[in-house]
Amino acid sequence: MSEIRALIVDDSSVMRKIVERSLRQAGLDPLIVHEAGSGIEGLDLLRTKQVDLILSDINMPSMDGLEFLRQVRAQNLAPGVPVVMITTESSEEHVKQAILAGAQGYIRKPFTAEQVKERVLPLINAA
Amino acid sequence: MLFNGVRKSAIATSRFGDAKEMERTMTLSLRDSVHLVSDPKNLDASVHEVFQLMLGVECQRIEGPAEVEPESVTAVVGFGGLLSGACIFKTGGSAAMSIAAHMTGMEFEEIDDIVKDGIGEICNMLAGVWKGKVPDLAANCGLSVPAVITGRDYNLHVQAPEFKLCHTFSFDKASFEVTIICDGMQ
Repeated sequence: MSEIRALIVDDSSVMRKIVERSLRQAGLDPLIVHEAGSGIEGLDLLRTKQVDLILSDINMPSMDGLEFLRQVRAQNLAPGVPVVMITTESSEEHVKQAILAGAQGYIRKPFTAEQVKERVLPLINAA
Repeated sequence: MLFNGVRKSAIATSRFGDAKEMERTMTLSLRDSVHLVSDPKNLDASVHEVFQLMLGVECQRIEGPAEVEPESVTAVVGFGGLLSGACIFKTGGSAAMSIAAHMTGMEFEEIDDIVKDGIGEICNMLAGVWKGKVPDLAANCGLSVPAVITGRDYNLHVQAPEFKLCHTFSFDKASFEVTIICDGMQ
């Protein structure tokens, strides 16, 4: 697999590390990870870095993950790049909001590396 | 198109009635779900799920309070919407470091920001999994971002909740308490 550049957006540094570890366990290697602690940081990073995959939490202070995703799409910051939401919220209504905001995948916390693999690899392979 | 097993067209065409009808239905259905909301098995299952998936450990429910340590860590995630209240996770300092070590693969000698962050996330996931076990809560109850308190000799006091569940668990040599407080249902 060629080098994958991933942006992980989560206000928890521990969760960012767990998501990174899960991506590596899913076989994404070599992997370059850019981390953002908020939606605003994520937008700033996307203005200077090219990525192949975005994984974002939803429930974050200052700018939540759905607004971050809407801004990514509205500002055309990562055209064609798949976005997977990783969140504790899992109702159909939340999935619907994520789709409308432009997400291609949804992973509920807590998760296993196998679930990350099932959700992320098809998106990477299709991109 | 399938989105994690949910057909996109089905989501796009799902309809609710008018706002008042939806509110009435939600209120009735949550009142009808009180037995599920207050079911202690849901709390135990949530704890087992989070600790098994995120820490790779099996924890056991035990009687009595968690082991008292000089310093403790408490995380609080608030519920808002159809149900108001909070999920509270309380543990001793060394237990908190052990939990954070299992999550990150790192070793800790003090309750630093990473430990606090990890305990906050555990509480966040517990709150999310717990409310996800009651369908009406999953969609109509929001979560606050976690607040984490550390220190010695402090108490968290809540006035007369509608109901309260407080269970103690242990794994390895660590113990912790998880409390669900509901102080109102619409």
